[in-house]
Amino acid sequence: MMATVTIPPFERFYEEHRAGVLRLLRRRLGAERAEDAFQETFLRALRAYGRLEHGEHLRAWVLTIAQNVALDVLRRTRATDELIDAAAHDQSPAYAELAELTAGLGARERAAVVLRYGYDLSYEQIAAALDSTPDAARQAASTGVRRIRRRITS
Amino acid sequence: MTISPDLDRRFREAAATLGLVDIGFDVVESPIGQLLVAASDRGIASIWFDPKPDEDLERLAQIAGPRVLRSPHTVDAARRELDEYFEGKRRQFDVALDLRALPPFTIAVLDELARVPYGRTTTYGALAERVGRPRAARAVGTVMNRNRIPIVLPCHRVVGATGDLAGYAGGLERKITLLELEGAR
Repeated sequence: MMATVTIPPFERFYEEHRAGVLRLLRRRLGAERAEDAFQETFLRALRAYGRLEHGEHLRAWVLTIAQNVALDVLRRTRATDELIDAAAHDQSPAYAELAELTAGLGARERAAVVLRYGYDLSYEQIAAALDSTPDAARQAASTGVRRIRRRITS
Repeated sequence: MTISPDLDRRFREAAATLGLVDIGFDVVESPIGQLLVAASDRGIASIWFDPKPDEDLERLAQIAGPRVLRSPHTVDAARRELDEYFEGKRRQFDVALDLRALPPFTIAVLDELARVPYGRTTTYGALAERVGRPRAARAVGTVMNRNRIPIVLPCHRVVGATGDLAGYAGGLERKITLLELEGAR
């Protein structure tokens, strides 16, 4: 028998979050580029979905993936000005507390710090969201924290 | 914000094509009503009467894993064979079956059930005998009742010892329709 399922069936997750993901991507990329990014976002989510350990913070998780897909698209089209803004539209209190602290960080470090300490995700989940490895996610979070600490204490 | 049907379809197709889905499903129309048909990379995993979106998704996840996605593509082979069957053009199914997570007795009974020919009927007791458990007719009945791949695994061909129809998880009317289709009544 399968272990008890603690995360919702993907179909339900997809139906619940697809409108929010498309909204975010349209805002970041415009209607046309948002379509490919939409598909890429949910394919990344699907790749990582079986490894999730619980079904909490799924909205934050998938919006972070969407942000990262958008960043990749913008990077590819050399719109470097828009690079720093990861996850900035999320209204969650946990994020809000970290928003100011992490404002000066690069997109990846910021996302890693927020997901680790704001949403309490594991490095494995963060890696999936950032399309990276757990080691790299840990590295990004720890570099981010170091920078914040340096800024606060200086 | 609504997702265009085209965008939705493209995602579902890509997910299935890339093999990222544990179990894909779709609703298939048939003369005995809508069927929720689900398949994994191993084969057809379930056919359920009267689709109930709320419960069915969880049940599918329990069979094969949480990556459950509606994707017409994954049940194409099953749909084609079911259509042919209902048109009277197919007497035997060729699609592979996914029987994972079922206990050994159930699998043994379903194996025997699969051998009952088109247009014939057998009894619960006869099936029990064939799996070497002659006194287990009642347990065989339970396996029939819980058969998650009806039609393809033809539990409609199993009747009571005195020739009465006994029961059918999808309702007796459907059992009668299937037997009539096969010319067994």
